[in-house]
Amino acid sequence: MNPLSLKKISFAKILNSTGLLVLVLLWILPTVGLLVSSFRDKDQLALTGWWTALSTAERNEFRRTGIPEDQYERDGKYVISGKLLEPGGKIIQTFSTNFRKLTANTAGETATFKDGSLFTLQENGDYEWISAVPFKHKRGKRIFYVAKVPPTFSLDNYREVLASEGVGQSFINTLKVTIPATVIPIMIASFAAYAFAWMKFPGRQLLFVFVVGLLVVPLQMSLIPLLSMYNDIGNYFGVAAKSYPGIWMAHTGFGLPLAIYLLRNYMGSLPPEIIESARIDGATHFQIFTRLVLPLSVPALASFCIFQFLWVWNDLLVALVFLGKKDEQIVLTSKLRELLGSRGDNWEILTSSAFISIVVPLLVFFALQRYFVRGLVTGSVKS
Amino acid sequence: MDALIAVVSGIGVCVLYFAGSNYLLERIFSNAKGFSSSKDQWRRAIQPWLFLAPALFLLSVYLVYPVFETIRLSFFNFGGFGFVGLKNYIWAFGNPEFMLAIYNNLLWLVFVPALSVVFGLLVAVLADKVSWGTIAKSLIFMPMAISFVGASVIWKFVYDYRGPEIEQIGSLNAFVMLFGAEPQAWITLPFWNNFFLMIILTWIQTGFAMVIFSAALRGIPEESLEAARIDGANEIQIFFKIMIPQIVVTIMVVWTTITIIVLKIFDIVLAMTNGQWNTEVLANLMFDWMFRGGGDSGRGSVIALMIMIAVIPIMVWNISNFRKEEEER
Repeated sequence: MNPLSLKKISFAKILNSTGLLVLVLLWILPTVGLLVSSFRDKDQLALTGWWTALSTAERNEFRRTGIPEDQYERDGKYVISGKLLEPGGKIIQTFSTNFRKLTANTAGETATFKDGSLFTLQENGDYEWISAVPFKHKRGKRIFYVAKVPPTFSLDNYREVLASEGVGQSFINTLKVTIPATVIPIMIASFAAYAFAWMKFPGRQLLFVFVVGLLVVPLQMSLIPLLSMYNDIGNYFGVAAKSYPGIWMAHTGFGLPLAIYLLRNYMGSLPPEIIESARIDGATHFQIFTRLVLPLSVPALASFCIFQFLWVWNDLLVALVFLGKKDEQIVLTSKLRELLGSRGDNWEILTSSAFISIVVPLLVFFALQRYFVRGLVTGSVKS
Repeated sequence: MDALIAVVSGIGVCVLYFAGSNYLLERIFSNAKGFSSSKDQWRRAIQPWLFLAPALFLLSVYLVYPVFETIRLSFFNFGGFGFVGLKNYIWAFGNPEFMLAIYNNLLWLVFVPALSVVFGLLVAVLADKVSWGTIAKSLIFMPMAISFVGASVIWKFVYDYRGPEIEQIGSLNAFVMLFGAEPQAWITLPFWNNFFLMIILTWIQTGFAMVIFSAALRGIPEESLEAARIDGANEIQIFFKIMIPQIVVTIMVVWTTITIIVLKIFDIVLAMTNGQWNTEVLANLMFDWMFRGGGDSGRGSVIALMIMIAVIPIMVWNISNFRKEEEER
């Protein structure tokens, strides 16, 4: 290989790597921004970009000193002392009693106030205020200061949304929807798929084609009739129109065509000899299905399981139609959408809530990526 | 705790049905007392329907009946009581909001599948040539696991806008300010805001396209690539003249699959703008009419039908294509 082509190849390689790197960064940075922000202090989050999260910020604040009740005598003088800062690593740079002259005194220095009292403020926020005559002010005196704020990360935002914003309850609600809405369709579909694959009955082929044909029906077609049907049933029997069993059945109905289609194809490709020999040995269809076909179909079941799980967990539309918006029924996606409306500027709440809603799918996704990809490649007909 | 009970009982009912009904069947038509062929025949005739019954019931209630009912409702007034003929259809095509939704859906239809396919192909090809390709693919695939609402929050944060006098915390505005441009409220920017919403779906769907293309590219025989290289073709020529023609069917399948998702796009628009600032799309408009003023089932149904009419031909093409591929395998 001559030097020129070697150079050319390595140039192409560098271009290739950089191009890919840029794409990957573009793809992950939005999520990284969300994740970093969700751990930031909420005041810092509202003021500076998430990319500055690791740098130290300067902030202007004020605090009040103690009141006269706190004073004590020392060497014939009156003293109020205490801490202006809560522990958290802030470092005071300069301070003043006038917010227009923030840099009047440096931390550690002693300032003389108008009434002749002496005020000393340390970097860590400890202060000592000494006067020759007793203190008589009513409220604590305001001390303005410039502090260096080191980057702080905490779980405070998560604590807040889980406890007081109701996101924790939504998380449980989502689980309550997702688990049955994943297990039930798989169960029902695998029985049906077995019947289509290995049982003999009139009209089998026609019925199967019809079920596959239902794949073309978009969700939107079902919503209006089902909504009024649920309301009618609710009114007629005096039960809640919006309920968990209601949404489980809806998700099951919508997921069935694809599930039956994929599972029938998989079960149909199992070698007929095993099933025949089991029949000859006197096994019933129920036994063959539960003891033989089901264990053999685990890969297909797993793929569909992940698929359905992610679909139900991430669904918003079905939840909006079939579940209420009260605390005991609202799911994560619906909650998140509500927060986007009501707390649109409180990014500490939005970022942490969003992360709570995506963490389970992400874990499932990274742990079972291989099955997911397989399901996707075979299931790419699903809309 | 009661969540656990609900979950277990929900699944329990289902298990009970299958196990119980089959147990009963075996008991009633038992052939234990000698070989009774008529009972055996009965059992064989009934059993498939026991297996199928829940599936057929749910499919009829949740998919078959609603299709006919929606078609019927589209000819009725808002409460579904009075027959109004084609009035709802005439309303739709004279309604600026509806026409805007169609127009926006067409925009989405053109750009999202195209961008996802282009980026998906690009990543699939680039990642095949570097040692860290698997990690790269995994990271780009990741948004597939995120809900549309979650993705909306992520991107709303990217698009966040503050007045020009204070520091921007949205990445996009901070980025454009690096080049001295003015910060913008991207989501309310007429016309272009559609594209900022489309980026979100593209961000999600590129991973899907990439995974499918990656599998398809691996199916191209190495010899044909090698032969082209020996003939002096460069990588770009190989890509356009050899790789693309080989996976053209796969590209069509990915394109149409994303098209169907785009036709039904709802969550992103609802969460980002709820159709404000000229970003309305069909599915969101339909959802709106389901509840607007107590719900107008006639107009909602017309919009739902429009979505279905657009989806069906693509879906039929897709399924037949998929079946063809299955048979070849």
